Amino acid sequence: MHSSRSHNSSSAGGGHLEGDRHLNLFRRRRWLFLALAFGLLLGTATLGMAWGAVSIPPRAVLQIIGQRTLLTGLLASPPLPDWPPAWETILLEIRIPRVVLAGLVGITLAVAGAVYQALFRNPLAEPYLIGVSSGASFGATLAIVFIWRLGWGGWNGVSLAAFVGALLATAAIYSLARVGRRTPITTLILAGVAVNALLSATTVFLMFSMQDAFRAMHVLGWLMGSLALADWEKVRTILPYVLAGLAVISWHAHTLNVLQLDEEQAQSLGVAVERTKGVLILAVSLATAAAVSVSGTVGFIGLIVPHIVRLLWGPDHRFLLPMSGVVGAISLILADSIARTAFAPRELPLGVVTAVAGAPFFLYLLRRQKREVF
Amino acid sequence: MIPLEVENLSFAYDGRAVLRGVSFQLMPGEVLGLIGPNGAGKSTLLRLAAGFLRPGAGTVRLFGRPPTEWPPRELARHVAMVPQGAYIPPTFTVWESVMLGRTPYLGFLGVPRESDREAARRALKWVGMADLSERLMGELSGGERQRVLLARALAQEPQCLLLDEPTTHLDIHHQVAVLSLIRRMAMECGIAVLVVLHDLNLAATFADRLALLVDGTLVALGDPREVLQGERLAAVYGPSVVVFPRPDNGGRPAILPRVS
Repeated sequence: MHSSRSHNSSSAGGGHLEGDRHLNLFRRRRWLFLALAFGLLLGTATLGMAWGAVSIPPRAVLQIIGQRTLLTGLLASPPLPDWPPAWETILLEIRIPRVVLAGLVGITLAVAGAVYQALFRNPLAEPYLIGVSSGASFGATLAIVFIWRLGWGGWNGVSLAAFVGALLATAAIYSLARVGRRTPITTLILAGVAVNALLSATTVFLMFSMQDAFRAMHVLGWLMGSLALADWEKVRTILPYVLAGLAVISWHAHTLNVLQLDEEQAQSLGVAVERTKGVLILAVSLATAAAVSVSGTVGFIGLIVPHIVRLLWGPDHRFLLPMSGVVGAISLILADSIARTAFAPRELPLGVVTAVAGAPFFLYLLRRQKREVF
Repeated sequence: MIPLEVENLSFAYDGRAVLRGVSFQLMPGEVLGLIGPNGAGKSTLLRLAAGFLRPGAGTVRLFGRPPTEWPPRELARHVAMVPQGAYIPPTFTVWESVMLGRTPYLGFLGVPRESDREAARRALKWVGMADLSERLMGELSGGERQRVLLARALAQEPQCLLLDEPTTHLDIHHQVAVLSLIRRMAMECGIAVLVVLHDLNLAATFADRLALLVDGTLVALGDPREVLQGERLAAVYGPSVVVFPRPDNGGRPAILPRVS
């Protein structure tokens, strides 16, 4: 170990200062930023609960939540509330479930985007690439056309049809893309593009042949994304799928780093590439299908949030995944708050807000960055 | 335990024979250079040894077991492979790239332990890149990138190293630096090294033994002085080269183009 001097002439001496300059503050203090972002998420959530047709002061929001979760059990006689009782109902029945649902959908889409971009080693990959969105849209549209009123395990008909549609489309694309025992990325992406095009066209045709303008609007609203129908029931329904999916993904965070290399290198580093890809695609598809089934297809979050995080904090998925989740939740809570308040009482489609706000910001970051980003 | 045993190995791509009945053994602490003309099957042989491909006939054994019978993580702790021109994304830092070598050792959620950091630090020091650990891969020169790949392989703490053309696109100074490093790894750590080399002079200078592969057949195996004889090279590469023994290197051969 001591005789290494002969080969490091080019790097000997003074390298520390030089090396430090190359990693910016963001990358060296990244866990601090994650803590800050988490604080920002709590703040955004509180504001999201405060804003609306009836404006509730953030202080009252926190007091009502505190009273409902901690203090009721601890205090013999809770302090007399100095707010109208309607506020509690609005918060507990409408605003909180909506903000929680927005947070869950945001986390899922952003993390899923990061996973797909890593798995496919493609910066254009996003949660909808292998059928989740087009399958969900197709399923939801079918349900709206045939007015499915059957509920199953907490699912209402449209959500259930969307969930099943998303999974079926993903399974179809994955099996169509198989070549022998392997699933090459390029065939997967191409099969995805083709099946997505077919399903989207069919969805539009179904919409076109609807006699009923109201139902056509319902489909359109669904295609652009909306959380207007959020309630605790929806939160409870998707939570198991989202949590299970995120758990499996977190478990593979470092493996996703390794998969940034080509498959032979990944294999020589001890990763069972095909099996891991299969497990991850299953986990991410389940979580995304559940999220999309309650929100419709909200574009852009899954594509740009991981890119923003990668631009600022680097490509390590042990950080990229949690940070993307938090930023995704903040973005979607913010977007949904804007969607329901900007033109109240009419609601903007969620996908319009995410694209209009997200695209310029992303382009700004992209222009500022001098080196390659992926 | 013998790091790598290849026995009567044959392989074909789409019915076209690439390797025919190749047999050799790789011993601990030895640098075995794999040489031969373009398309002789050198890279294929290396990929078979690493378990990326399955033999058509014959066997490959790494430490007594065929690569496909090893659990992937376990195998990665014994054998490291650096493919030719191996890609690491430009946004990875040198440190992150070398830590990838610790993948087969990382536990829950991929959180590195102190022993993992220590192994990565040691590997970086070995290749003389300790001071550049925060550099981005996209900012490195070809020689530095190659040294990072070696450090990553070292961080795996392997007993067998498979390298495919580690000196391509490097200038002579870096070629010598990288190959000296590989020699030191073999000598000081007892690692068995199988290295595909295109350049006959580098192979003659740095390998303990050479294996000459021609058209999928192993035509010579042994000391560079025996393998690289003028007549044999003329038969393989045509009458365009001459061979001189080098007085400064125990008579190891130097191969030069013939003056016509």
